[in-house]
Order: sequence, then C-alpha cells, then structure tokens
Amino acid sequence: MIPAIEVERVSKHYGALKALSDVELAITPGEFFGLLGPNGAGKTTLISILAGLTLASSGRARVMGHDVRAEYRDARRALGVVPQELVFDPFFTVRETLSFQAGYFGIRGSRAWIDEVMHHLDLTDKADTNMRALSGGMKRRVLVAQALVHKPPVIVLDEPTAGVDVELRQALWRFIRSLNRDGHTIVLTTHYLEEAEALCGRIAMLKDGKIVALDTTHNLLRMHSGCYVELRVEPDRLPERIAGGVVERRANGAYRLALHDYGELELLMRALREAGMRVQEIEVMQPDLEEVFVQIMQKS
Amino acid sequence: MTVGNGYAKAARETPGGAEYSRLIGFYTLFRKEWLRFWKVSVQTILAPVVTALLFLLVFSHTLRDHVEPFPGVSYSAFLVPGLAMMSVLQNAFANSSSSLMQSKMTGNIIFVLLPPLSHREFYLAYLLAAVARGLVVGAGVFVATVWFVDLEFAHPGWALAFAVAGSGIMGALGIIAGIYSDKVDELAAFQNFIILPLTFLSGVFYSIHSLPAFWQGLSHLNPIFYMIDGFRYGFFGHADVSPFTSLAIVGLSFLALSWLTLWLLKSGYKLRH
Repeated sequence: MIPAIEVERVSKHYGALKALSDVELAITPGEFFGLLGPNGAGKTTLISILAGLTLASSGRARVMGHDVRAEYRDARRALGVVPQELVFDPFFTVRETLSFQAGYFGIRGSRAWIDEVMHHLDLTDKADTNMRALSGGMKRRVLVAQALVHKPPVIVLDEPTAGVDVELRQALWRFIRSLNRDGHTIVLTTHYLEEAEALCGRIAMLKDGKIVALDTTHNLLRMHSGCYVELRVEPDRLPERIAGGVVERRANGAYRLALHDYGELELLMRALREAGMRVQEIEVMQPDLEEVFVQIMQKS
Repeated sequence: MTVGNGYAKAARETPGGAEYSRLIGFYTLFRKEWLRFWKVSVQTILAPVVTALLFLLVFSHTLRDHVEPFPGVSYSAFLVPGLAMMSVLQNAFANSSSSLMQSKMTGNIIFVLLPPLSHREFYLAYLLAAVARGLVVGAGVFVATVWFVDLEFAHPGWALAFAVAGSGIMGALGIIAGIYSDKVDELAAFQNFIILPLTFLSGVFYSIHSLPAFWQGLSHLNPIFYMIDGFRYGFFGHADVSPFTSLAIVGLSFLALSWLTLWLLKSGYKLRH
C-alpha cells in the first residue's frame, strides 16, 4: 500500500540552525496521526516541507506516493493544510474565499461541494459575509473549509484548536473524526495532549528536529509504566518514608504519589496501616499522554 | 494519476465529479487579483486619475504659454499621453507589488502557495492583473482629460503596444519588489527611490531635446523614457527616438525582467523558505 505520507531522511537547515535532522516517517492511508513536540521542535517545518511551503535541504517527502518537488501538482492536490495562524484575505467574502481556493486547485463546478462544506462547518449563514467581519472561531472554520475544498485524501491540521472555544473545538473534532471515518488520513499537531490522546491512533514526538518517539498511542502510554495514586488520609500527615514519593499536593488536600508499578501500591498501603493511618479516599490513575510526553522530552 | 502536458489534456475528473484543469487555476488567480483592485476602485483607479488631472491642471496652466515640445503640438496635448503612461506604469507596479507584499505580511500568501500552481501560472496571473490595472487607469486618465485637450491618435497600435509592454515591465518589476520586500519600508524605498525618479525623469513632463546634452545622454539609459516616448509617438507620430528602437529596448527589457521574475519564482526565493 502506498503510504499517505512518506518522509525519507529529511533535513532542513537555516544556516547553522538545524530545524530537522534526518527525519524518517511513514503514515498509512486512513490513519489519525499526531505530531507532537515543544515549540521549535520542527513540527511546522515538517508540515511546510510536505506542503511545498518550505524546501528541504536534503531527503525526500511524498504525499500519496507523489514527490512534493518533482510531482508537486499531484502531491499538493492530495494534501489539504489548515495553517496554524488565523490568516485570511480581507477583500473577500467566505464564499469567494472558498471558491477561489477551489479554483486555484484547478477545480471547476465546485459550488455544490462548497455549499456542503459550509453546511458541515456551520458557515452557511456567513457565506456572503466579508472575512474581516468574522469572529476568530469563524475564521478558523473557514481555514478548515479552505483545506477541504479540493477533497484531499490527506488533511494536515497545524494546531487547529489554538484559541478556539470548547463548543467549536468539539464541533471541529466531530467533523474531522467523520472525515477520518470516511477514509481521509489526518495528521494533527497540537499542544493539547489530551486531544491527541483521544484522537490519534499513532503519534510521533519531535524534539530539536529529531523524532524521539514514534508508536501507537496505546503503546506509548503502556511503555511508560508506573501509575499515580491520589489519596486523602486521616490524620492528614503522611509518614516520612512515604512523604518522599509525593509529587503534588492537590487543591482538595489529597496527596499525589508516583509509583513505579502496581506492586508498590501494596507497600504503600502497608506503610499507611503500620503508621496507624486511615485512608479516606484513594484513586489510582494511569499516566496520561502529557506525563509520557514530559518523560520522553526529559529523557531525550 | 498523471496529468497531460497541454491545458486541453489537463482536465480530469475529481472524486466529486467536478473537473480539474490547470487553466482554471491560473484564471482563478488572475480573477482574484483583478477583483482585489476592482473592489477598491476608488483607491486604485479613481485616485490616480484625479492625481493625473491635478498634474495636468498645474503644469499646463504654468507652462502652456512657454513650451512647445513638438512643432504644432501644445504643451497640454503633449502632457496628456505622458501622464497617462506614467499612471499606467505606476499603477501596474503598485498592483503586483502591493498585492504580494500585503499577502506576505498578512500571511495569506499561503493560499496561493499551497495549490498546484506552477511558477509560470503564478507569474502570468500577477502580471496580467498588473497590466489590466495599468490599462484601466490609463483609460481613466484619457476619459478624464479628453474634455480639456484636443488629442490626435496618429498610430493607436503603437500606443497600445507600448502601454501593454510598459505595464508588463512594471508588473514584473512589481512582482520582484513584492517578493524581495519583507517590510512596507522596503517596498516604499523601491517605489520612492527607483520607480518614482525613473518615471519623473523619463520625459513625462518635457521632451528630452530641451535638456542639456549630458542629461539627454543620461535619459537614454532610463528604460521608462523609451516607454513614454514610444507611447507618445502613437499620438503625435513624432518622438525623440525611433519607435522601433524604443520597442526593441522595451521588448528586451520585458524579456529580461520576465526571465528574472520566473527564475525567482521557480527558486522559491523569499516565498518558499
């Protein structure tokens, strides 16, 4: 099967600065893929290389089997990009903006599809409104619509929910999920790691231009064993041998302790019993993607 | 999933039933650029026409009794083609340069960089929109001034050829300036220190025969002089330089600038970092 996205030893240098170093990546069609990393890790540079906005210093990138430089027309037709910045052309209405975007991709007779995209993104009422008059959330919806007007099989969303309210965020994810169910490959970069955890089947983590982790979300969460325990005790003072494991004192008065594995839970309970303490409330929690992310970034 | 080489062969079915055609991409970009200036025509068309009228009023009132640039041609009549061509050139430059500059600054340039448009399609769309604005403004200057001055049209074909070629040159220069400039300051410097002096010192307001020999010689190094002089030949059948020489110089300048612009666009200079 031809990968939806294939990146072979791609590097990008800006003078002495290495934005990307020998990045290798393959995303299969139909995946919901997450690209995570701190600011400056190289996520946007990688996306820009795929989209033809940036030229790689070395290596090759393909979209649906088409080289982004040698076969740029087919590669770009196969890709829809929702940019990070809220950019728009202030001269035009929503419908004009979408109609131009379809036209740039060489598509004639796109009115019905544009109507459908606007309907899905709740933009129909704003079709004849000038882009300047739209709220930030509405502008974000138009950016998503612009990425979809040419029906690309691969859709890249570069931090699409930054600064977006909860309602729009949920609506946006419902729509993107339905596109993924319909067979579109989705590549997502986000700083909201709970979104990535909930949506992405596979995740790559970038740091300083290198991929430092690449696996399924499930494996990434499992790979980093350990768990957290939140407990409230009576009297409200942990014995000294346990207090060293406290990572946080929660606002509700609970202690948060990090355990290396579930076996340590028994040791914890015994220590509490021996200290004559009574457990009022206890909750055992798996590490979430945010904790895994922090661990990986610290290790690499 | 390959696409044929010619436009006629390039059309194909999209998954949704609509058709792909390369020509549509180019045409859409041209149409967008046309609408961009047409929607603000008070600023992009009416304002330069009024400016040209003011120049005509002030200069012809001051100089009409003192200067006869060509035998039998009044200064006011001499001035009108010069002003029209100056407006054509300045507005062609302003169109492509400001559009690219604004798109770069606001970030919406991404919308024309993401689609599968070739550097040639990109160039032609911006260039033709610049030529179109130049010609619309030039026509506006004529419509506004024709009531005040008796004009003859000795060779309208020559006038049109120089208007199109001249606005093409300035449209290409505008693309280069728009690509190069990262700040409004840089574009303003381009406009104020290169385009404006070259147009003002090109014989818009005078015949170069009225200049001392040194300045006459220097004027011959200014390509805009040949555009204005050749354009004026279309009206009076009289010029400082043979229109064939002017057309050759203007044509070669256009080809050289087109080559440079296409090379910049193909390399992605300052657009695809």
